[in-house]
Amino acid sequence: MPNLYPAKPAIQIAYTDSGQSADQGLLNEVTEILSAKSIESESIGLKDNNIVAKFSSFDDQLAAKSALQRILLDRAIIALNLEPSTPQWLRDIGGGPLKLGLDLSGGVHFLLEVDIESALDNRLDSLLNQYRKKFRDDRINVESSQKKDKELSFSFASDEDYNKALKVFGDDNITAVGTALYDIQTNTIRNNVDISYSQSAIKEIRDYAVGQNLMTLRNRVNELGVSEPIVQRQGSSRIVVELPGVQDTTAAKKIIGKTANLEFRLEAAPTTSRLRKEEFTYQDERMGSAYLEKNIIVAGERVTNASSGFDESGFAQVNISLDMQGGRAMQKATSGNIGRRLGVLFVERKNKSTLTIDENGEEVIEQSSYIEKNIISLATVQAVLGTGFRITGVGSPQEASELALLLRAGALAAPMKFVEERTVGPSLGKENIELGIRSIIIGLLSVVLFMVFYYRWFGLAANIALFANVVLITGFMSLLGATLTLPGIAGIVLTIGMAVDANVLIFSRIREELAEGRDPQIAIQEGFSRAFVTIFDANVTTLIASIVLYAIGTGPIKGFAITLSIGIITSMFTAILGTRAIINLMYGNKNIKELRV
Amino acid sequence: MNFNIPFMSYRRFATIGSLVLLIMSIGSLSFKGLNLGLDFSGGTLIEVSYSEVADLDEIRDLMTANGFDDFQVVNFGSNTDVLIKVADKDGSSQLGDTIFAFLVASDSEIELQRIEFVGPQIGSELRDQGGLGMLVALGMILLYVAFRFQYKFALGAVAALAHDVVIILGLFSLLAWDFDLTVLAALLAVIGYSLNDTIVVSDRIRENFRGERGFEPEEIVNRSINQTLSRTLITSFTTLLVLFALFIFGGEMIRGFSQALIIGVLVGTYSSIYVVANILLVLSITQDDLAIPEPEGLEFDDMP
Repeated sequence: MPNLYPAKPAIQIAYTDSGQSADQGLLNEVTEILSAKSIESESIGLKDNNIVAKFSSFDDQLAAKSALQRILLDRAIIALNLEPSTPQWLRDIGGGPLKLGLDLSGGVHFLLEVDIESALDNRLDSLLNQYRKKFRDDRINVESSQKKDKELSFSFASDEDYNKALKVFGDDNITAVGTALYDIQTNTIRNNVDISYSQSAIKEIRDYAVGQNLMTLRNRVNELGVSEPIVQRQGSSRIVVELPGVQDTTAAKKIIGKTANLEFRLEAAPTTSRLRKEEFTYQDERMGSAYLEKNIIVAGERVTNASSGFDESGFAQVNISLDMQGGRAMQKATSGNIGRRLGVLFVERKNKSTLTIDENGEEVIEQSSYIEKNIISLATVQAVLGTGFRITGVGSPQEASELALLLRAGALAAPMKFVEERTVGPSLGKENIELGIRSIIIGLLSVVLFMVFYYRWFGLAANIALFANVVLITGFMSLLGATLTLPGIAGIVLTIGMAVDANVLIFSRIREELAEGRDPQIAIQEGFSRAFVTIFDANVTTLIASIVLYAIGTGPIKGFAITLSIGIITSMFTAILGTRAIINLMYGNKNIKELRV
Repeated sequence: MNFNIPFMSYRRFATIGSLVLLIMSIGSLSFKGLNLGLDFSGGTLIEVSYSEVADLDEIRDLMTANGFDDFQVVNFGSNTDVLIKVADKDGSSQLGDTIFAFLVASDSEIELQRIEFVGPQIGSELRDQGGLGMLVALGMILLYVAFRFQYKFALGAVAALAHDVVIILGLFSLLAWDFDLTVLAALLAVIGYSLNDTIVVSDRIRENFRGERGFEPEEIVNRSINQTLSRTLITSFTTLLVLFALFIFGGEMIRGFSQALIIGVLVGTYSSIYVVANILLVLSITQDDLAIPEPEGLEFDDMP
């Protein structure tokens, strides 16, 4: 039923700055722009931080987009969209229109794999450094320390050192939730300790890395201005990104796949030559600007973690962890520069639209992307920095956590690679819908004609049930929020063919009963009840196969499994109860002399 | 329609026919193998449409000129649509974009229809999952049928399913059709469909064994098949109607799917007549096998 209301072309407008939500001011502005161009919108209003305007035609939608883009330029992201025109009361009871899969709507599907091994490797590297420093500070004599494979191996000079070190490891070996962080293996004779991350710690690192990457990806995807993107974890270490309607996949991949968007640079001394320094503004414009050296010490991909906390005197601070390589670079850069200031730059790729007049004298909007770098922190270096350091004097605890978020948002916790990509052009998507709907209609009509031809009145009853079944399938899919894909359409077509099976079984049974000379009313009664067990068994087994299919399938195949399962269940309902009701209506309480089935 | 065809007298021919088909299928599968589609083999696929008839040789030359050697260029659906498949072993996701970029450079009128990239590990995972899924489905069905009927029926049903699946796979291998995820989905749907048929026949065999004493098993089986034949044929016919609609009008992307199902429905109809019945007779089903009055049916009889 919700599918009777088609989706309407719409545009979605949001402020480019993701922190700012669309307000009445922007709404008024948009309304004015549209009325100035005399573009009629069907409705316009605020909806979850966005302005959504619906139009009656695609021409209006495109005209509105270019009109708005001309005036709003970079202040707002304008995305083309399809908005359901389902009335509110229907949506309240959970009925939205069918969601279309990427193979029908066009768009991009990416599957990214988070490289957990290298995340673990980085962790071990920085852990090794951390212990080396700790043992040095605590005057514990380490004879050798190294990382081999997935564990750290330490050997100590004396029993005393060994025992002290064991205590250090023991103290660290408890996580916040009380599980062991390490698996520790000791060799008392050789004063040797091997530590490796425990299973639960590895799981935590993996969850952290995936969660972190998920967040970073969401931020990046938001930059693309796609309506209804999906960024989701799949399995233990994979992330699915689906961008319906995106056509420029190269740009999308660039933005999703980019890594470095943080830079650590030293502040330039007043004497530094112009050639070796650059001026940057602060993220917070009130603070003005500062000169930083051109040399980048460390970039964002070296940041493994950032969190906010408090220092000894209770002031807010941000703790930053770098990987091994980053730590070494940081150490080298800061060792001669204590007392100077270290700046953190936040790098963002942004799109700029400019209005130009082309050779035909027409105004065109040119989109170009550029890179913007802003200072998010500039703090004095107090000591030589390594893999772990902190930024103090960052203001309120809230400001500290915002800074930590920015630092994390700029970095991926672990490298990722694309393991699957499916791009469907918009015209192919449209073609798929048309072909799909055409085959449903032709399939349905041919079955309907055959049933009427073969079973006459009973066939008519079965056909009504069949239509009800198709309506029920689409209705249930809307209710469940299931996605319709091309194989899903195939599933509906297949269900149409198979759904009449139940009726065929019942009708054959009635024929047999009649052939044995039973009274028509009793024959109908018997036909339905005797065929039921068969129908039930036959459908349950098909349901088993489609559930297995759902479990093993991905994307489009899941769509097939869903429509098939729903189709089996609804067809049992319509074919048995629905047909029964219709036949009762036709023949019930009548004294039939002769019955033709 | 009332039938009285002595199906069971021909069962030796059917057995031989089935065996020949099975041996051919297994032979083709083991020597020729399946022509795995992108989903399982991994690699990159791009589909573009040209404004006029596409010159495949020119595209091939273009590919070679850009340093590709292991690729396929074919028409897809119409002679303006071109499908390019590249088996890239290192699994880079940039390939599709690169190819499209130089195709556009040579002819700016082309339109990108789709790019698919499946990394090698995903391919092998999907292969494993697919095979496992098939086995799990068969196993669960075996259990269900054994629980609802009797183990001899379950063996018959699963043998019939395996028979259908192997023959479809064999045909795909022999004709070198692409075996991808949608075909796997079709195979599982065939399992569902063929089972549907099998159960209807088995149900009738069970009913007749219980109802009438003093007949030879062969005679009862034969009568059951004839009684259900008109239903079997009608359902197969309506299913084939919609499948042909899908095959003809559904477009290139689900052609493999409808092909597999059409074959599946044909083979499945045959196997529900011969394979199950044959196995029941080979396992020498007797009336005692079904004599225990199961509680079956009691809870349903009054419902509809």
